Amino acid sequence: MDLITVSGPPSSGKTAILMKTISNFLSRGVKVGVVKFDCLFTDDDIYFEKLGIPVRKGLSGSLCPDHYFVSNIEEVVQWGIEQKVDLLITESAGLCNRCSPYIKNIKAVCVIDNLSGINTPKKIGPMLKSADIVVITKGDIVSQAEREVYTMKVQSVNPKAIIMHVNGLNGQGAFELSTLIYDETKNVTTLEGEKLRYPMPAALCSYCLGETRIGKDHQMGNVRKIDLSGKNG
Amino acid sequence: MDKNTLLNITIGDLFLKHPYTKDFFIDHLIPFEGHENYSINKLFEVIDEEIIEDKAINIELFINNILEYIDLMSSYFVSENVVENKVTIFPGTYKDGTAETFDMIEISKGEIISIVGPTGSGKSRLLADIEWAANLDTPTKRKVLINGRVLEPHERFSASNKLVAQLSQNMNFVMDLTVEEFLDLHATSRMVEDKDDMVNKIFAKANELAGEGFSKNTPITQLSGGQSRALMIADTAILSKSPIILIDEIENAGIDRKKALELLVTEEKIVLMSTHDPILALMGDKRIVINNGGIEKVIDTTDEERNILTELESLDDTMMKMRNRLRYGKKLTFKEDL
Ligand SMILES: Nc1nc2c(ncn2[C@@H]2O[C@H](COP(=O)(O)OP(=O)(O)OP(=O)(O)O)[C@@H](O)[C@H]2O)c(=O)[nH]1
Ligand SMILES: Nc1ncnc2c1ncn2[C@@H]1O[C@H](COP(=O)(O)OP(=O)(O)OP(=O)(O)O)[C@@H](O)[C@H]1O
Ligand SMILES: [Mg+2]
Ligand SMILES: [Mg+2]
Ligand SMILES: [Zn+2]
Ligand SMILES: [Zn+2]
Repeated sequence: MDLITVSGPPSSGKTAILMKTISNFLSRGVKVGVVKFDCLFTDDDIYFEKLGIPVRKGLSGSLCPDHYFVSNIEEVVQWGIEQKVDLLITESAGLCNRCSPYIKNIKAVCVIDNLSGINTPKKIGPMLKSADIVVITKGDIVSQAEREVYTMKVQSVNPKAIIMHVNGLNGQGAFELSTLIYDETKNVTTLEGEKLRYPMPAALCSYCLGETRIGKDHQMGNVRKIDLSGKNG
Repeated sequence: MDKNTLLNITIGDLFLKHPYTKDFFIDHLIPFEGHENYSINKLFEVIDEEIIEDKAINIELFINNILEYIDLMSSYFVSENVVENKVTIFPGTYKDGTAETFDMIEISKGEIISIVGPTGSGKSRLLADIEWAANLDTPTKRKVLINGRVLEPHERFSASNKLVAQLSQNMNFVMDLTVEEFLDLHATSRMVEDKDDMVNKIFAKANELAGEGFSKNTPITQLSGGQSRALMIADTAILSKSPIILIDEIENAGIDRKKALELLVTEEKIVLMSTHDPILALMGDKRIVINNGGIEKVIDTTDEERNILTELESLDDTMMKMRNRLRYGKKLTFKEDL
């Protein structure tokens, strides 16, 4: 089983482009499963289920969703293996621009849209800077000139990444994306011992949790476990 | 540039040698101000640990990335020589899924092709297929070859896909930039040599095309429909060296479309334009007729139609004059205006 992590700001088009990309996989006979991580609410599982694929979701509630992601990813991988999928995709909404869920040696895709403003690429931080592939959506709404300027801004914060435009509405570019993200020779059996690409600041997490006291002693991550048994996560 | 050189030349010298690296420092939130005479090595010695933590700076990643960026940018400066220049379209399907019936359409350098058809018929879609160099992967399932071949993935993804310049029907601006900042950034992304000169030229041309002038300090989001269109036409015409130009409905913005087209069309290019305007339609050497998402026919413009075009143009002149007189508060009279 291959694993890819897809992340990006809320409403940037992650689900839309994944739906189109997964359709491409399904027509080629590749079995895909999706786990969606979010904070308070998501309907994405309902969309993915329409494709007839195994789906789970996990809500982090009061935790930073990226912290929640790392605490659960190993279990999620085991779930994917149980489901016998060829490709497991995680979708997570990057809510705090400081964290990112990317893992070394696991393909990382960041999805951003053309509408989010010229300075957004520089604000997003590790989620964009350390991605392998950056997908830019909603190019249909702006002019070619603006697309080019935006692309340049992305390229300047992450020159190593493959940057591509995918339209979440009509799927233009989704086929290319599907050829880029899936490596059938890759076999992820466990993430035990693997490392995050970028450390997540611990301070953020305990204060997200409502911690008000200042000092090292109080800065600890709270770990909550995802429920993979039932339908509604 | 190798890593050693990079780490040891002063930051000021680096900016002189590769001006775009300054933006790179800024975009990576590296606090270099006041340390321009330091090398990168020295700079990272003096920056506070806390700042590094705070701004999520990863020194090793930054250094690798800047090397990569310099390589990437340098590769863009290598001239883009397009020897041959040809677009080939293979049939796909209509909206209802039935197959298009033409064998193949080939368009060569110097040709102007207009695209006509009812609203919603798929004109913009055809232009998008060409821009994307469709390879059975768009709603129409068409295949488009550029210079006789399927584009490599990296050419399709390329940030500065220089083969095709598109003037799209959607002209929304969303970026929070002034006209000048925007043109400057776009010129940077297109790697032009004399940036300031380019920006001035585009700005002057755009003002010439737009009925009502605008200043360099106008935010692009505040431009009117016609002004945005004028700006994009001047930008596409002057900035882009792309051999293929796609134009989607140039007529709709109250700008002088003849002037605009003259600016955009040069001999060496392939021009495809979608239009509802008979004058523009007849200006093409051929016209592609679209219906229900599919290409129905390709018609050569006849000599008779060319004569009609001359007639239409003089009618159009009359219309333009009247439009301008009305715009500037004059009254029309039979004697003077017809
Ligand atoms: N015009 C346009 N709209 C798009 C495109 N891609 C996505 N959208 C729309 O953008 C909205 C958000 O898309 P989603 O795919 O739900 O975004 P998301 O990133 O999955 O959002 P969350 O999971 O809630 O963080 C939807 O209304 C999509 O239809 C695109 O390429 N063009
Ligand atoms: N062959 C096709 N198969 C499926 N969908 C198609 C096909 N051709 C066009 N479409 C879709 O039909 C819709 C309308 O097409 P398009 O916008 O290209 O029309 P148009 O001719 O440019 O209209 P207008 O004159 O109003 O600009 C688009 O969503 C487009 O993707
Ligand atoms: Mg989603
Ligand atoms: Mg159209
Ligand atoms: Zn976080
Ligand atoms: Zn947190």
